[in-house]
Amino acid sequence: MALDVLKVTIERGPDAAAAQQSFDVPAYENQTVLDVVSWVQQNADPTLSYRFACRVGMCGSCAMMVNGVPRWTCRTHISKVLDGNAVTIGPLRNLPVIKDLAVDMDPFFDKWVEAEGVHHGALTRDDPIAPVDETTVERTTANTGIECINCSVCYAACDTVTANKDYLGPAALQRAWTLLNDAKDEGRASILDAVSGKGGCHTCHSMGSCTAYCPNDLDPMSAIAGLKRETARSFFRRGRS
Amino acid sequence: MKELRLYMAQRITALIMAPFVIGHLAVMIYAIQGGLSAAEILGRTQGSVLWFLFYGTFVVAVSIHGAIGLRVAASEWAGVKGVALEVFMWAVGLCLFYLGAQAVWAVTFAAGVGP
Repeated sequence: MALDVLKVTIERGPDAAAAQQSFDVPAYENQTVLDVVSWVQQNADPTLSYRFACRVGMCGSCAMMVNGVPRWTCRTHISKVLDGNAVTIGPLRNLPVIKDLAVDMDPFFDKWVEAEGVHHGALTRDDPIAPVDETTVERTTANTGIECINCSVCYAACDTVTANKDYLGPAALQRAWTLLNDAKDEGRASILDAVSGKGGCHTCHSMGSCTAYCPNDLDPMSAIAGLKRETARSFFRRGRS
Repeated sequence: MKELRLYMAQRITALIMAPFVIGHLAVMIYAIQGGLSAAEILGRTQGSVLWFLFYGTFVVAVSIHGAIGLRVAASEWAGVKGVALEVFMWAVGLCLFYLGAQAVWAVTFAAGVGP
């Protein structure tokens, strides 16, 4: 049955539940959640704030809560999420709301740096390029996590982040895990230290929402389990030395 | 690296407890065959170094494991932070140890079945 009109509820403002606004949006055959939000901004209320850039699932800027579930809105067809002809769209969970559907991503990115999710190089531009063996276990392990687009869907899905504001979160820890397995990264000791501190990988309860909701089908929960194993190993090694 | 030390202490005590839990359940099933009496239990445990070590180690592991676990629950569910959180953890651990140690002491060294 083709729908004519979609009942779209948008949560606006930090006190989202109290600031719900409803819009009637024309239904189209091909329509993403982001298209619906854009229609509201362009045709019903130009003051609606939201964030997007690439529209093809690469930039990671358009994630929102759709019917209470974090999703990349540019790659989510509206027919997949409609409840009858209704849908509720809100700002990402676990991050401060700037306005309407735009959240402040600073805490998310700051935690990437806190988790040592930065490149630790040892070579200079004068050194020859180090060869990388694509067949090693470490490289294969690192490859499973490098397609992260920093959309913060896992961070919004994580109940441990909700309960503990210090927790670094799935994306930052997965980044630390890929760098730990990267032959070109020399930051092993500092990464293990960073993920062993307050809010580090041991805070994770393995509930798995990150892996369940990742739009790119990545597995941050297993990456965090890898960090737990590596930190445990280094704990025993330190004890011996 | 306090978080890592707490994590390791909790995991290691879990490893220690696993065989103790199985052993404890097995003995319970064995012990209730043909009825259960205080005298039968005390007959097994009184003066026994083996059972003292079994339940003594079990109690120590439970105290450490439970205190660390409830520390996380108190922090995440009740928002307990800082010194109060550490006091809570130690209070839980010492309380569990006191209760457990008292029972182990009683079944090992008590003079006899009470009135």
